[in-house]
Amino acid sequence: MNRNDISDRLAAVGYVADRDIATALWLMEYLKRPLLLEGEAGVGKTEVAKSLAAVHEAELIRLQCYEGLDQNAALYEWNYQRQLLAIKTREGVGENANAIEEHIFSERYLLERPLLAAIRREKPPVLLVDEVDRADEEFEAFLLELLSDFQVSIPELGTIKATSIPRVVLTSNGTRELSDALRRRCLYHYVDFPDVDREARIIVTKTPGIDAALALQIARMVSAVRKEDLRKVPGVAETLDWAATLAGLGVHDLRQESEAVYETMICLLKTHEDRARLTREVSERLLGKVA
Amino acid sequence: MIAAAPSPSVASIGRPMRERLAGFARTLRDNGFKVGLAETRDALAILTHSLASRPTSLKSAFRSLFCATHSDWERFDEIFDAYWLGAGMRQVRTLAGVAGESRIPVRRRADRTLSPGLLGQPDHVERRNDGDGESAADGQARREGASRSENLSSADFRHITSPDDMAQAQALAKRLARVMRARLIRREQIRRRGRRLDLRRTIHRNVSHGGTPVELAWRRRKIKPLRLVVLLDASGSMNLYTAFFVRFLHGVVDAFREAEAFVFHTRLAHVSPSLRDRDAMRAVDKLSLMAQGIGGGTRIGESLATFNRWHARRVINSRTAMMIVSDGYDTGEPEQLAEEMRRLRRRCRKIVWLNPLIGWRDYTPQARGMQAALPYVDLFAPAHNLESLAALEPYLARL
Repeated sequence: MNRNDISDRLAAVGYVADRDIATALWLMEYLKRPLLLEGEAGVGKTEVAKSLAAVHEAELIRLQCYEGLDQNAALYEWNYQRQLLAIKTREGVGENANAIEEHIFSERYLLERPLLAAIRREKPPVLLVDEVDRADEEFEAFLLELLSDFQVSIPELGTIKATSIPRVVLTSNGTRELSDALRRRCLYHYVDFPDVDREARIIVTKTPGIDAALALQIARMVSAVRKEDLRKVPGVAETLDWAATLAGLGVHDLRQESEAVYETMICLLKTHEDRARLTREVSERLLGKVA
Repeated sequence: MIAAAPSPSVASIGRPMRERLAGFARTLRDNGFKVGLAETRDALAILTHSLASRPTSLKSAFRSLFCATHSDWERFDEIFDAYWLGAGMRQVRTLAGVAGESRIPVRRRADRTLSPGLLGQPDHVERRNDGDGESAADGQARREGASRSENLSSADFRHITSPDDMAQAQALAKRLARVMRARLIRREQIRRRGRRLDLRRTIHRNVSHGGTPVELAWRRRKIKPLRLVVLLDASGSMNLYTAFFVRFLHGVVDAFREAEAFVFHTRLAHVSPSLRDRDAMRAVDKLSLMAQGIGGGTRIGESLATFNRWHARRVINSRTAMMIVSDGYDTGEPEQLAEEMRRLRRRCRKIVWLNPLIGWRDYTPQARGMQAALPYVDLFAPAHNLESLAALEPYLARL
């Protein structure tokens, strides 16, 4: 699959891509490397992985990282209830301890967690390691090992080799500096807020029945709002909420409906401070500039 | 993934092209990119693809491959254009086959650890005789004999003058930073006594008891150290103390696993990368140079605004204590300072303001800036000698 195919397929699954991201996704395929996406919250990093899965008609396996995430939660876990049950029943039959141990630490009692699931599928899935910067350094090191060997060893069971190599997408919000080793293992793409044209196309794609002129006005307005000094800059999801709200209210032209614009701005501004900063006057000034 | 890059015809790439690519990798490395053999090999693989015939496609493919951080990402286009397309070059006439070495307009050998805004500074600094600048002090605290270091810890930093004393002060500061860190961790351990059962291990151990949990395996919550963010005022009015605090900063960044340091006078600079320089002396020299900066006024409010806007989101988490080291003499508007302090207060756990002037007799926080900032400060403490810094320890341990 070459790059243009990827662009086309992304468009077909409803992802409005720019050329650079299509190139990055093609490179992932071509060089067989994971892709690290960085960018502010709300620019659509997770969406890239979802669309990639749709493009390849692959399963999306998602691992949400958090502080204190450990191997148990990420890789595998034993099914304790069943194990306990098995111990009791087998003991009743009079089996010896070694045989029981052998039995309860077998495949049947293993619970797959996302990382193990990702390497044991028939068809290569897309593995999304979301917000990898939230996990600890130790976990990062472990992830790195997995990404280079694609095998895991389970002490009680032995080594499990990958049946298929997943396509790996990692995202980071930059709350912690990632290690150089992980960065170098990955291709890199910095996801920025979409420019006005692209955001307008995203609105048209995702909001049924909205007309192109309104979508463009909304995209311009949001782009202007992002330039204000805000505590929390509205992301693409917020834009879509706002567009849906305006469309639902039957607004056709932002200029005619400055009151509705101001009132629905809560879709974009999620803190009291930001709400207070974008007063009615500011809202009208921005509107005058963009619409 | 041992990238078995599909290489249908890597051999088809001619020698001149290979050399050009090697030159590009070298240029990137000189500009602080981390480029290894794997990247170069993958770049060759990209060149064999038909996509490589269009410069814009090649650029975006190389960008994804060679960049590893956002700052790489932002500088890449400039470097790429300069190298491959010859844009913005002074001497344009070079034969195509010659590798880029001599024709690179972008910074070469620029110091890799400096943050971008500070790249104009020269790399090597004459080792400053710390005594000279501060000779105004009367040297009353310099005593000889066995109790030297003890005396040193109560000497005002203004009076520490000779390079030897300075080095000793630095060692003390470093130790202090370490002690602070150790304390913090011990405290956390006692507080978080809650333990959880480790089911996996418990079951494993008790198979022979028929699954009845006789021997229990416990898990202890992992201890997370406090993150410390230090903002150091390096303006003219702090001049006498800067040299010392720069060393303190180095000790802090070195000893804390999670620490960030910023220096400000009229603007704010992120200095932790420079401080991580392995060579302590060089790091401190480099930083002293930055800190000297413009000896002009201080704009604490504006610097804090920069911090809140651009850095806070990244460096502050719920376990962060802020330490501001400043005398509070602000040439900006106190209203702005108050506003920015208020925003900062909402974000972090504690704000500690260290003011060297408190150590002076009869000092009251009269400076307008100090007045404006005080309501948002959790601890306002002196920091004119090592003793006063050490006195902070129990407080920080309680955070």
